[in-house]
Amino acid sequence: MDERTFPFQIKGLRDGLLITVEDGKWPALEPALLEQIHAQQAFFQGARIVLDVGSQILRVNDLVALRDRLSEQGVSLWAVLSESPTTEKTAQLLGLATRISKPRPEETRQFAVDDLGDETALFLSKTLRSGTRIEFPGHVVVFGDVNPGAEIVAEGNVLVWGRVRGMIHAGAKGNTAAFICALDLSPTQLRIASEVSANLNPQSDPRPEIASLNEDGKLQSIPWQLS
Amino acid sequence: MSAKIVTVTSGKGGVGKTTAVANIAVALASKGARVCCIDGDIGLRNLDVVMGLENRIVYDLVDVIEGRCRLRQAMIRDKRLPELYLIPAAQTRDKSAVSPSDMVRLADELRNEVDWVLIDSPAGIERGFRYAIAAADQVLVITNPEVSAVRDADRVIGLLEAEEKGPAALIINRLNPSMVKNHDMLSAEDVIDLLAVRLIGIVPEDETVIVGTNRGAPIALEVKSQAGQAFRNIAQRLQGQDVPFMDLDSQGSLWARFQRIAGRK
Repeated sequence: MDERTFPFQIKGLRDGLLITVEDGKWPALEPALLEQIHAQQAFFQGARIVLDVGSQILRVNDLVALRDRLSEQGVSLWAVLSESPTTEKTAQLLGLATRISKPRPEETRQFAVDDLGDETALFLSKTLRSGTRIEFPGHVVVFGDVNPGAEIVAEGNVLVWGRVRGMIHAGAKGNTAAFICALDLSPTQLRIASEVSANLNPQSDPRPEIASLNEDGKLQSIPWQLS
Repeated sequence: MSAKIVTVTSGKGGVGKTTAVANIAVALASKGARVCCIDGDIGLRNLDVVMGLENRIVYDLVDVIEGRCRLRQAMIRDKRLPELYLIPAAQTRDKSAVSPSDMVRLADELRNEVDWVLIDSPAGIERGFRYAIAAADQVLVITNPEVSAVRDADRVIGLLEAEEKGPAALIINRLNPSMVKNHDMLSAEDVIDLLAVRLIGIVPEDETVIVGTNRGAPIALEVKSQAGQAFRNIAQRLQGQDVPFMDLDSQGSLWARFQRIAGRK
């Protein structure tokens, strides 16, 4: 068995090969990658490659050089995945894709709104557990709890029919009129527009509350009243 | 009969995964079931120590997976129970030596050999966790009544839901009834309230567990041990029996018992 470890992993995707590069210096990694591809020419011949470079920063020159050298080997660079916005921008500049069908990180879910206007809401009928992050450009309604470690970031309002113990950001794009309401509001943190509040008056007996910004622009929560 | 494959996992380390696997395995085997434990924590193996079998290891999990020995050769027989086996982890390798599909293949091979396969998952949610749950028919999530452990358990339950591993069952380990009474510890109700999964056992804090762990003799065989009883109950519930939960309060002060008898709460 080959005991050598390469600084990258290769995985087959539906429409190409995903090569994940581990952290390290790009100038050292690039030759290793090209060598590997050269050594297994038969395998790589004609392949479409997605390169996941993690947090590495790649400049235009780096990517152009890599693309050219790859095409010399009969391999086409199709997409570059990166956590670094610089690298992502560079890749886009060169007309490379920066997303493949499976977005990452897995737990972050982003939903797109078409032409439904400002009043679009996302309805989630489940408890959001630790590690879940929901981002939505409209309102979010949760029928369930928001557990500690879960996050909701909405451009509109957030309504939770359950307990809130995680983090909620309403009006994420700066809407100061946004509000957050829940049957039990005991969050780790609430944010509305650019206001952050960590310790809203915790209730010993849970009751429905609405949090919003008051006249002074401060985040406050008040018990919900039937009126 | 085909074996049932059960993985014990937690997210957070040190909450009692290994102890639980050893004790549930002993409890099942003492009732005559054929049980095989697999230590999934490659590189940090512990289960052999807890079961007192470290000096019998010849082959390990990675040897089986890489074909250096037959499955039967890596199954170490327990000292006390003839139908209890352990497949130890490799100590000199790391998690990359095993993949989820390796575990599925191994577990399928074991299905015809025993009645129960218990897999001890490593801490964390990375590769080790992924392969540990890959073959599981049932996942037991274990937590302590501590905020940090409960949050990690919540994360793990979320990941199990995403993997469509079926509903997890929860073990609350090291509950201290007198601390709960003084509101210094989360109660079992607090934990279940947050995690919203089926409870399969509450194990009270018990010094004999540590003694047993250090001696390599799981306390599930000790009739007097409260924690041992809790683990035996979990084993019975796994087998589908309806066992009432223990009254942990009976350990409380004499005065508390008087009060209860007098009907004052």
